[in-house]
Amino acid sequence: MSQSEAQAGEQVWAAASAPKFLIHNEGDAVAVAVQDVAPGEGEAVYMDSDRAVTIRATEAIPLGHKVALVDLEEGDEVIEYGVRIGVTRQPIQAGQHVHVHNIRSARWQNSM
Amino acid sequence: MAEQHVTGYRRPGGRAGIRNHVVILPVDDLSNAVCESVARTIPGTLALPHAYGRLQYGEDLELTFRTLAGMGANPNVAAAVVIGIEPNWTNRIVEEIARSGKPVEGFSIERFGDLKTLAAAARVAQHMLQEASELQREPIEREELTISIKCGESDTTTGLGSCPTVSQAVDRHVNSGGTIIFGETSELTGGEHLIAARCADEQVRRRFQAMYDAYIAEIESSGANLLGSQPTQGNIRGGLSTIEEKAMGNIAKTGTVPVVAALEPAVVPTRKGLNFMDSSSAAGEFITLMAAAGAVLHLFPTGQGNIVGNPLVPVIKITANPLTARTMAEHIDLDVSGLLWREYNLHEAGDRLMALIDRTINGRLTCAESLGHREFIITKLYRSA
Repeated sequence: MSQSEAQAGEQVWAAASAPKFLIHNEGDAVAVAVQDVAPGEGEAVYMDSDRAVTIRATEAIPLGHKVALVDLEEGDEVIEYGVRIGVTRQPIQAGQHVHVHNIRSARWQNSM
Repeated sequence: MAEQHVTGYRRPGGRAGIRNHVVILPVDDLSNAVCESVARTIPGTLALPHAYGRLQYGEDLELTFRTLAGMGANPNVAAAVVIGIEPNWTNRIVEEIARSGKPVEGFSIERFGDLKTLAAAARVAQHMLQEASELQREPIEREELTISIKCGESDTTTGLGSCPTVSQAVDRHVNSGGTIIFGETSELTGGEHLIAARCADEQVRRRFQAMYDAYIAEIESSGANLLGSQPTQGNIRGGLSTIEEKAMGNIAKTGTVPVVAALEPAVVPTRKGLNFMDSSSAAGEFITLMAAAGAVLHLFPTGQGNIVGNPLVPVIKITANPLTARTMAEHIDLDVSGLLWREYNLHEAGDRLMALIDRTINGRLTCAESLGHREFIITKLYRSA
């Protein structure tokens, strides 16, 4: 078995009571998956307020990756930690995977 | 809970270390071989090979000198043998280290060759090692210790778990009167205004802002595309999308205390509390600068699993990524992935880290120490003449 095949078998299983997502701040546009999440509904918890909400992912979200909480237009600011962490490259619907394919830095234009 | 007491080695000049190394320090790349020969001849001493020290000039040379002298003067070092190709620069490093009050002796290779230098230096190293072996740990105060912080191979779990855990330790150590150093100038991009707002006074704020602006201008003037470099490939794999998102995770480890100073690279802090140092974010370079500035312990949150160590400074790795904790267990000193699943709260994670810090101060080897990670990487500002 190659190293990449071995890694492909590694998965993280959280307790059933664990949230699927955490959200840094009230008002953020994205949540972060804290386990590998399949499409569907799951619990998300705000870290600043402890408020729990149910959100819906329309695609698979790997551990550590982000999902959109709101619909965003092309060029919109993406808010996480209560600050702008980038701008969208294209329209993003709530529930979609948010990453380098659809957002980029607002500061380093030559970067992602 | 009663205050746990910590122990260390009191050095001349009032500083305290948590390790007791006798180092064999080359001034330049040419002297690495004989330094390593001395360390093989006198097992228990520690050679510190590195790549530079020849034909450097100006600010770049000063930083290399400051780094070499700072490594020798680090409180985790009991005594130092310094070896260079010629006597002039060798003596300069010896004199700098001697100001710390600890035993130090220099040797130069020209007109002796490696073999005579080995014989002379090994004899001194043997004596230093025997003397150092009699130094005893004694109770020390936390305020005597400088601790540095930097994360690496970050991902989104860093900002959610491991960095906020370190933040707890930063506030508690500063509240005990201790000193913390953070840096990673370019990795503050997107949150640099938050650090500026925490500077203790206008002078510190202006110094910080000037250092930040100059670093970014230097990167931008290269005209290079940072695509795939910042964020790194590991960052992106772990879910980080932009430099701003990475910066916010980075800043999440700096606690809530004010920033009391903005330091040039490898400069020893003179003010207790949270110090900023203008520095690269590359792990080996960063921790070397911290060691040169007198840090005796480093806290290293990681997401995807950076494995860095330092020859002098124990590096405690903290991860909140459950996959990293499981697949790279030999590198991870503290697993706080339970934070992601809300199995315990941040204060409790902070308690666990403080307990591990105390054990490490008292002599427990970190994962990086036990695996032999000894990355000693001098920050090079520009090419040599």
